[in-house]
Amino acid sequence: MSVQAWTYSLVGITFGIYILIAFFSRAKSTSGFYVAGQGVPAFANGMATGADWMSAASFISLAGLISFMGWTGAMYLMGWTGGFVLLAFLLAPYLRKYGKFTTSEFIGDRYYSQTARLVAAVCTIFISFTYVAGQMRGVGVVFSRFLEVPVDVGVVIGMSLVFLYATFGGMRGITYTQVAQYVVLIVAYLIPAAAISWKMTGSPIPQIGFGGTIQEGANAGQFLLETLDHLHRELGLPAYTAAYVPGKRGIVDVFAITLALMVGTAGLPHVLIRFYTVRTARAARWSAVWALLFISLLYTTAPAVAGFARVNLIQSLNGVAYENAPDWFKSWEVTGLVQFEDKNSDGLIDYEGEASSNELKVDRDIMVLANPEIANLPAWVVALVAAGGLAAALSTAAGLLLVIASAVSHDLGKKMFAPKMSEKRELRTARISAGAAVLVAGLLGIYPPAYVAEVVAFAFGLAASSFFPVLVLGIFSKRVTKEGAISGMLVGILFTTAYIIYFRFLEPTAGPDEWFLGISPQGIGAVGMVLNFSIAGLVSLVTPAPPRSVQELVEEIRLPREGR
Amino acid sequence: MSKPVENSDENLSEKKNRAYWRANIRVMTTLLSIWAVVAYGFGLIWVEELNSFQMGGFPFGFWVGHQGAMYVFVVLVLVYAFWMDRLDKIYGVDK
Repeated sequence: MSVQAWTYSLVGITFGIYILIAFFSRAKSTSGFYVAGQGVPAFANGMATGADWMSAASFISLAGLISFMGWTGAMYLMGWTGGFVLLAFLLAPYLRKYGKFTTSEFIGDRYYSQTARLVAAVCTIFISFTYVAGQMRGVGVVFSRFLEVPVDVGVVIGMSLVFLYATFGGMRGITYTQVAQYVVLIVAYLIPAAAISWKMTGSPIPQIGFGGTIQEGANAGQFLLETLDHLHRELGLPAYTAAYVPGKRGIVDVFAITLALMVGTAGLPHVLIRFYTVRTARAARWSAVWALLFISLLYTTAPAVAGFARVNLIQSLNGVAYENAPDWFKSWEVTGLVQFEDKNSDGLIDYEGEASSNELKVDRDIMVLANPEIANLPAWVVALVAAGGLAAALSTAAGLLLVIASAVSHDLGKKMFAPKMSEKRELRTARISAGAAVLVAGLLGIYPPAYVAEVVAFAFGLAASSFFPVLVLGIFSKRVTKEGAISGMLVGILFTTAYIIYFRFLEPTAGPDEWFLGISPQGIGAVGMVLNFSIAGLVSLVTPAPPRSVQELVEEIRLPREGR
Repeated sequence: MSKPVENSDENLSEKKNRAYWRANIRVMTTLLSIWAVVAYGFGLIWVEELNSFQMGGFPFGFWVGHQGAMYVFVVLVLVYAFWMDRLDKIYGVDK
């Protein structure tokens, strides 16, 4: 069977499975629609959280991103996993004990204020839309590369599928499709990674092979990372394993970005909501264990893939005559993901750190997408990677769309502007909101806003500087007041937004010297978070303490037991 | 001075709940300190010093950022879940 036939069959089968699962676990009540009836087992929720969290970017782009950054990629690896530690210790069990439907609902109740609820709901919608635009684009891109349909057609196919199972299935449907999608994406990631590791280092476990020795070629017997540092020096690039050397990010910036990503992860509404879906606060703690374990399976494999791909890329292409370039190079050249321009007309591919004489341009996504071909794996593995990329994009998109629907129908609707709405009507409103959100997301996928990547970084900064501080303070302090929380959130958001807009769009050429303390827009959420904490604390000191009922609510959510 | 009998049960459970919360905060701060030292200390601040140690084919500081810290994170949330299960039982707040 050809790659094309395999891809159509595998993608078709997995899509069929998702729809079947969504049909049999569809939601019949608002509780089912928003939080899966709070009956999801911890282990299943761990998988669902893994799929919810790992997006098209984690699956397709992460390894390539690290591959080009070397050690500095640690900020993404630690930032996107370390956040789950904060989530497990500071938020998950308490939000579950509180036990209603959304994050904004907790903020509104804990801070006894409709204004706080409104600010939180608007942030939720904004953060989730910026994030979902990237997912829909990811769906379209995978479709166009593997199934040879236009990107826009891919977006429409993906949209229709999410429409079916998010509007009818609700959180219940989404949860169990995410479990299936986790299995698909992790298998699709690990098989090619293990094969490449085995081929290059003789160890089928990438995490070990990464520290092993190269098996074949001129550098046989040498440690893989040693070879990589050596190759980098030859090309005039900073050594792969070196930190903070000239040409790489400085320590303050790396520190701030890592912190912003960790805190942002712990404040993302579509991740937080997953911990509302289990039975008890105890199950929320165990969900966090399973989730981080399942996520780490991919996140510890990615840097190994990055290392293998980097060595492979340099060794198989640099200094090689163009007509002798490997087959995978030729087949991916068509897509524009790799480009060769013979600047000195010697017929050889010269890969260098110096931009003016460098002749090879490589898109970071190629590191994962072309892996199966580089390792000469059979056609079904290539198809599996396509199905895995789609699973990663769809599962994240569905989770985000549901959070948007809940914010509209529950927070803005039921809790603010239409409190008399019956449950039946609320459920219908939720479905309509989900449907509308899918359409908007699809449009964003077809007509992507400029700077999609920057916009996603924005989502993290915003989550870090808005939600995380007020959630933590709301649980760990009984004294923080509504005035404190609202002013903290507003200052955090406005500062972060203003900084990002200024340095991304108004002064895009500014560098570390102009940045505040040398912190890039990507890491500024960390400063926004500190501001939010400080303002919320200070303002609370000079405003009247929260009412007795709120203090009792805080005492109640600190105890894991069920019922009152 | 003895307190009224009908209140003693409530006072006892109130006291227990407060002790539970304090114990929880201790567990959390212990584990969060490890988290901070591993991620920000070993992972980012001392990476260059740690890179002078070699662990198999890995410079140690590099390994922490690309592998080790993530293993530690998983162990931390696991220890937290077990530890809190025990606290729940000891203080009788699980049912």
